[in-house]
Amino acid sequence: MIPGALRETVARDGERIVYVARDRLLAAMHWLKETPGQEFNYLVDVTAVEFRDRERPIEVVYFLRSLERRADIRIKVELPSTDELVVDSVWSLWHGADWLEREVYDMFGITFRGHPDLRRILMWETYAEGYPLRKSFPLRGRFSRAEQVRQALNANPEAHYSLEELSIAEAGGDLPEDMRDRLRRGERGVIPEPPPS
Amino acid sequence: MKHVGEVKSSNYLLTKFQELVDWAVNSSRANSLWPMPFGTACCAIEFMATAASRFDFARFGMERQAFSPRQADVLICAGRLPFKLAPVIRRIYDQMPQPKWVISMGACASTGGIFDNYAMVQGIDTIVPVDVYVPGCPPRPEGLLYGILLLHKKIKGESLFDAVRRREEQPLDDKGLRLPPETIDEISEPFGNSVHQFRSS
Amino acid sequence: MTKRTVELELATPGVDAQGRAARMPLKARAAEETAEPDLGAEHLLVNLGPQHPATHGVLRLVVELDGETVVRCIPHVGYLHSGFEKLGEYRHYNQIIPLTDRTDYLSPMSNNVGLALAAEKLMGIAITPRCTVLRVIACEMSRIISHMVWLGTTSIDLGAFTPFLWAFQQRERIYDLQEMWTGARLTTSLTRVGGLMADIPDRFVDKLREFTGDFPKTLDEIDRVLTRNAVWAGRTQGVGTLSAAEAITHSLSGPMLRASGVPYDVRKDKPYLGYETYDFDVVVGEHGDVYDRYLVRLEECYQSNRILQQALDRLPDGPINVDDPRVILPSKTRAMSDMEAMIFHFKQVMEGVKAPVGEAYVGIENPKGELGNYLVSDGTAKPVRWRIRPPSFINLSALPRMAEGHLLSDLIAINASVDIVMGEVDR
Ligand code: SF4
Repeated sequence: MIPGALRETVARDGERIVYVARDRLLAAMHWLKETPGQEFNYLVDVTAVEFRDRERPIEVVYFLRSLERRADIRIKVELPSTDELVVDSVWSLWHGADWLEREVYDMFGITFRGHPDLRRILMWETYAEGYPLRKSFPLRGRFSRAEQVRQALNANPEAHYSLEELSIAEAGGDLPEDMRDRLRRGERGVIPEPPPS
Repeated sequence: MKHVGEVKSSNYLLTKFQELVDWAVNSSRANSLWPMPFGTACCAIEFMATAASRFDFARFGMERQAFSPRQADVLICAGRLPFKLAPVIRRIYDQMPQPKWVISMGACASTGGIFDNYAMVQGIDTIVPVDVYVPGCPPRPEGLLYGILLLHKKIKGESLFDAVRRREEQPLDDKGLRLPPETIDEISEPFGNSVHQFRSS
Repeated sequence: MTKRTVELELATPGVDAQGRAARMPLKARAAEETAEPDLGAEHLLVNLGPQHPATHGVLRLVVELDGETVVRCIPHVGYLHSGFEKLGEYRHYNQIIPLTDRTDYLSPMSNNVGLALAAEKLMGIAITPRCTVLRVIACEMSRIISHMVWLGTTSIDLGAFTPFLWAFQQRERIYDLQEMWTGARLTTSLTRVGGLMADIPDRFVDKLREFTGDFPKTLDEIDRVLTRNAVWAGRTQGVGTLSAAEAITHSLSGPMLRASGVPYDVRKDKPYLGYETYDFDVVVGEHGDVYDRYLVRLEECYQSNRILQQALDRLPDGPINVDDPRVILPSKTRAMSDMEAMIFHFKQVMEGVKAPVGEAYVGIENPKGELGNYLVSDGTAKPVRWRIRPPSFINLSALPRMAEGHLLSDLIAINASVDIVMGEVDR
């Protein structure tokens, strides 16, 4: 039994969908990844869905896959739109969640607690019009075209081009231990052991 | 050459000095344009096809592609231009030395194409002046070649001695815009089918 | 499952003392580098892109260098963000298909197929046998042209110009076929929900057979020029390695995942379009470096060619569209002469095909990796959410990990090996 599971349905493509309580998300994901017999070791995708019916909560959808068992499952967390849009990041379990969660943050404004580097990814960082994929966001954006052009032309094409401006962990001391090791040895890359076939 | 008078003996050719200069300068400019490919999206693939063996725009004097704006004559914007890329194309355009020309390749570069939404510049002419618009989504390589030939024609009609026909630098105004805001709004207005796109169901 | 390992035969720096072929002595070269005097800890920041011929589109990389070694590499994407997913919420299902051409514009036909499959899952439509086989042909043709662009541009990046011309020559032949079939070279919009926009024209099968006959020759030539080439091997072997575990945790898919030794191919493991009935091998690499990714992609072209031949052999006769006037437009003559057909035509064009409430995700094996289309419907003719699972976006997210500790010139090779297409990365 998945920890924190609220209810289950089946999608039209026959896949299992499990709704998980928001505060139990990490526990559920950890369980799914580590429990023998589940082994959902591969994160296919992370996305969010907002419905046209504004009463319905926004859903954050995780697509998981077990590469060994060739099985898929879909996990959903519901975030009521009246509430703060916050959910735990699964980056610690799958590094692939890094950019996927950043994209959801960029497009829906959902904050992922514990994400190492939560910045906008597709829109530029000073983008002021809001979160494009929200239903309250008009197709052509909030500002007039002239204002959009003005803001775009006044944006700095060289943003993040100085050591101070980089907002992820500063080089040197803050680098992960193993990477510093690798750098110190001047290694060009290691050939991994072939996986047991 | 226009207005070339001819006297009885064919050993004489009379023309105005200005036109001789214009003719010499313009035909050499037109026949060895160095393109700066600003390829962003699908149109860039057709641009590559135009450059590759089958269509080969080197036949029209574009043998050398300048990947640096500072050695380029014509900026070919092939593909869509989102707002995030707008300052980049403006910077590249500003870095190109005069004389310079711009070809807008494809529906997206010319008008925004099918992307009438929050992310896309509705025509690069709101950002840089454009000389030739090549329609199509994407334009066929033949279409781009035709656009290049039209540009040749246009260049041959320019004059070094005429302030109107001489091309001058067009800097951005103090608001940082190329055109007045009303003009931008007007040319970015939705048209045709896309005016009905407000309803989402 | 084929494992493809190639031993170097020519005299390369990789031949050991006994003259046996060996891979490049990575450790030895690394030792030389550390032997250089330490010139202080000043780091240099270099900006590549967004307009740079070697970044394969408008990708921007900010690279922090220690000497020539990449300390970290920070990709900035989004320079081609065109709002596809938002636009899709304002379009009927059939109107989304032209949008899919323009996401991954190196393999438009298989994107069309991906979306149509997802919409059909959502609506519970079963397509006809002829349509299934034709879609397989479309997917494999796309795989070939996409891998050909990859081969061509990557070999240019690494200093080999000839394969580019060969690859583009073959591409033009497939373009001709695409144009025959759909009328467009690039923006094909081939599929419709429940079928295809057109059946293949008369001489298509012969021409495609001709293509599958000579295409392997070109591949053999490319193989001869590159695979055992000392420069090629030297610049790609041991560069950008990712172990299987890392590939999995970074959610890589497609050739990137398989080059790291994980034998997962959607066509075999979650078959769609009857791929389980075709005889082909899943190509798996061993080392997970740029060289193996090259080998995997090259071999995949051979496999695609095999699938194409089998598909041509079994191509059944029959209709290409399902027999359901609510999803498929009636023919023009019927719409003009038959009242009922005209009403269906009108309703479909004006209102679109309605999908029942629910959601569907279909992943297909695109040339770049697993392309997923996730459609959520609230019962209207336009999806509430259209999500593309972008394979090259996710593959690119592993770039910082792959690049660290390599030389700047290797970064170009690594970036090329990801096989990104910015239209899909940024959508
Ligand atoms: S005009 Fe068409 S082909 Fe060209 S960039 Fe736009 S969508 Fe792509």
